Amino acid sequence: MNFIVKPSRENIKTYVPIGLLLVSISLIDVFFNAFFDFNLIGFLPSQLSYFSPLILGFIGFYLIRIEFSGIRSLDILNKNINSNNFNALLTLFTIFIIIKSIPPMLNWFILDANFIGNSKDDCTGDGACWVFIKVWFNRFMYGLYPNAEQWRINTAFLTLFVIVGISFFVSAKLKKYFILFLVFVYPFFGIKLISGGSFGLEYVESAAWGGLSLTFIISAFAILFCFPIGVFLALGRRSSLPAIKYISIGFIELWRGVPLITVLFMSAVMFPMFLPDGTFIDKLIRVLIAITLFEAAYMAEVVRGGLQALPKGQYEAAKSLGMGYWRMNVLIILPQALKLVIPGIANTLLALVKDTPLIFVVGLMELAGMIGLAKTNPKWLGMAMEGYVFAGLVFWIICYAMSRYSQNLEKKLSTER
Amino acid sequence: MNLKKLNIENKKIRDLIPQALTILALLSVVIYFATNAQINMGNRGISFGFGFLNQEASFDITFSMIEYDGSHSYGRAFLVGLLNTILVSVIGIFFATIIGVIVGVSRLSDNYLIAKVAEWYVEIFRNIPLILQIFFWYFAALRALPLPENGISFYDISFLTIKGWYVPKFIWTNFNIFLLSIVAAFISIYYFNSYATKQREQYGKQLPTTIISLSILILLPLITFLIFGVSLTFEYPVLKQLSPTVFTYAGGVSIIPELIALALALSMYTATFIAENVRAGILGVSKGQKEAAASIGLNKNQILKLVVMPQALRIIIPPTTNQYLNLTKNSSLAAAIAYPDIVLVFAGTALMQTGRAIEIISITMLTYLTLSISISIFMNWYNKKMAIKEK
Repeated sequence: MNFIVKPSRENIKTYVPIGLLLVSISLIDVFFNAFFDFNLIGFLPSQLSYFSPLILGFIGFYLIRIEFSGIRSLDILNKNINSNNFNALLTLFTIFIIIKSIPPMLNWFILDANFIGNSKDDCTGDGACWVFIKVWFNRFMYGLYPNAEQWRINTAFLTLFVIVGISFFVSAKLKKYFILFLVFVYPFFGIKLISGGSFGLEYVESAAWGGLSLTFIISAFAILFCFPIGVFLALGRRSSLPAIKYISIGFIELWRGVPLITVLFMSAVMFPMFLPDGTFIDKLIRVLIAITLFEAAYMAEVVRGGLQALPKGQYEAAKSLGMGYWRMNVLIILPQALKLVIPGIANTLLALVKDTPLIFVVGLMELAGMIGLAKTNPKWLGMAMEGYVFAGLVFWIICYAMSRYSQNLEKKLSTER
Repeated sequence: MNLKKLNIENKKIRDLIPQALTILALLSVVIYFATNAQINMGNRGISFGFGFLNQEASFDITFSMIEYDGSHSYGRAFLVGLLNTILVSVIGIFFATIIGVIVGVSRLSDNYLIAKVAEWYVEIFRNIPLILQIFFWYFAALRALPLPENGISFYDISFLTIKGWYVPKFIWTNFNIFLLSIVAAFISIYYFNSYATKQREQYGKQLPTTIISLSILILLPLITFLIFGVSLTFEYPVLKQLSPTVFTYAGGVSIIPELIALALALSMYTATFIAENVRAGILGVSKGQKEAAASIGLNKNQILKLVVMPQALRIIIPPTTNQYLNLTKNSSLAAAIAYPDIVLVFAGTALMQTGRAIEIISITMLTYLTLSISISIFMNWYNKKMAIKEK
């Protein structure tokens, strides 16, 4: 009985090495098992061998759990992953699952994957067939846009990036003009460049647009338009004029109560019924209007949150200076209210980007839609996994970057209150 | 005097003009649309009305909870779609809540690894569009499942195959009595709990409410099995050969892959948002509350149950309601993988057949509006019940 004593500072010299040894044996066993299919403790009966890493690791963690051991790294380890028996078990399980899942993932993504070739027949390995992505990459980015004209999309986006990039480094005063240019001039320039039809550029109809570039185009325009509409709706909802107030409420709640897919259906099949016979509005424009109005309702609620959070004194102070409704809102209220709700605005914009793949219901194909098209191509059947993993990765990078940026912006703009 | 009067009138007029203009603009748009719609419908020889709901639908639906075939009406098809939407929403909400709470609590774990894994779960699944996740599960993950003849078997009573998940069917006799016994169990638990509260408040006696409530809930239905002739048998799915190469399962209930993919994607996606709400809610309860509770001698479970959770729930519930609403609305993405929900059945197939765009889209939107509003009314009621009653 004397042997089983609680680990403490007295027996630290014997317990910690033994404990660490046991933990490392257990981890190495799992590691070898997962990576090389080789069982270190295979000589034991199969049941025991299966659970041995867990038991060994658990005993090891028990032995090294010494409070105030005086060894800094050991203390940190114990505090973070080994504070009690339950935590030790959770830690072991997590590490085992991570180690176990690495080899199959690694194999599928890289080791057994195929990178070289031009057709499905070149994919001989068991892993992913990245040849599929390589061959279709152009289509995934530009949709059915003619190959010879794709430089126009590139130019449009490159100019945008350059302007945005420069505007980060110029002084605050110049920045204002850059933003004005971006909001009021650039969109027309960009859309003219992509659609063509004048200045000697060949006309490309919007049905041919697609791929990731369409995601960007739709997101950019919807963001551009839904923001001011949302602000107006939010002001309308808080207006003292009953007619404007209730129309705003009705509008906001109507859009917020229905799913986007039905709104898109509406724009596709119901909206043409409301127009004079023979009038034709481009599909892309109809979709843009639908998405813009839909997201504007969400934006309005976010902005309203900011307006409500402002203390009444701000309104009273502005009025006492003799400001009218518009001057008060533009100069005093909105700058403060919008700053308060930056995370909410960012979330709405993020939701907008994530909603763009839904345009497949009206037959427009951005990235997800193009993958759906490519995977049903008779020459490339069975490539769904590669396609959707790729699309997921692309969208994940975009959305993760946006959410990170908004978090930074929030920190930067936060003022003492 | 004169000036003042003029000023008031001025203000009134100033208020009136924008309102009148807005209403006028709105009205003219509505009238313009309505006249166009009338002309267009006249040209196509259709008149506005909901009579078509009684006509024979003559299309089949792959998955239905109520009896339905092509000879039923469009109205019945609508009902089938609505029930399917509700089914997937309820399943999604159930699992999203469970996963969300586990992940949210894990993010606050003092175990670094667990907290990190939970954080990455949230970051990964929140930042991938839901529609892509649905596509991934449906077209990639579930298509990798084996054919029926070598389906993954769970103790030979349930089989997971590429054509769906076959589970045993419950066959009840005297199901009504069983149901009544459950209702009776809940009523007696309610009365027992109020009795226990009274005992605690008057005499300071602590009764083991949880154990007694649980045993009532288990024992009462059990008695019906023994005495009132309630019985439950299972009909297991059995592999059947249709032709030399085609196999299928007969008997049992088949859960179609569309439903699995949709429920998986919806719950995993929404769970990330619920996890963030749960985390914010628990963080929102100040440390002093826990310390105060500990200092008056409550044990760890009591602190959680009586002090932390009631306050955390107050923060968690409103945004979580929003997520439930979002999940319900997002279930409309079912149309993308042909799960027969209301959008696919009604706004899709029925619309194509009848061409009644205005009526059908309006009904669909109204249905979603009603669903949204009823969930939010229920949650507002609950929220009010939970809110701090300040004196």
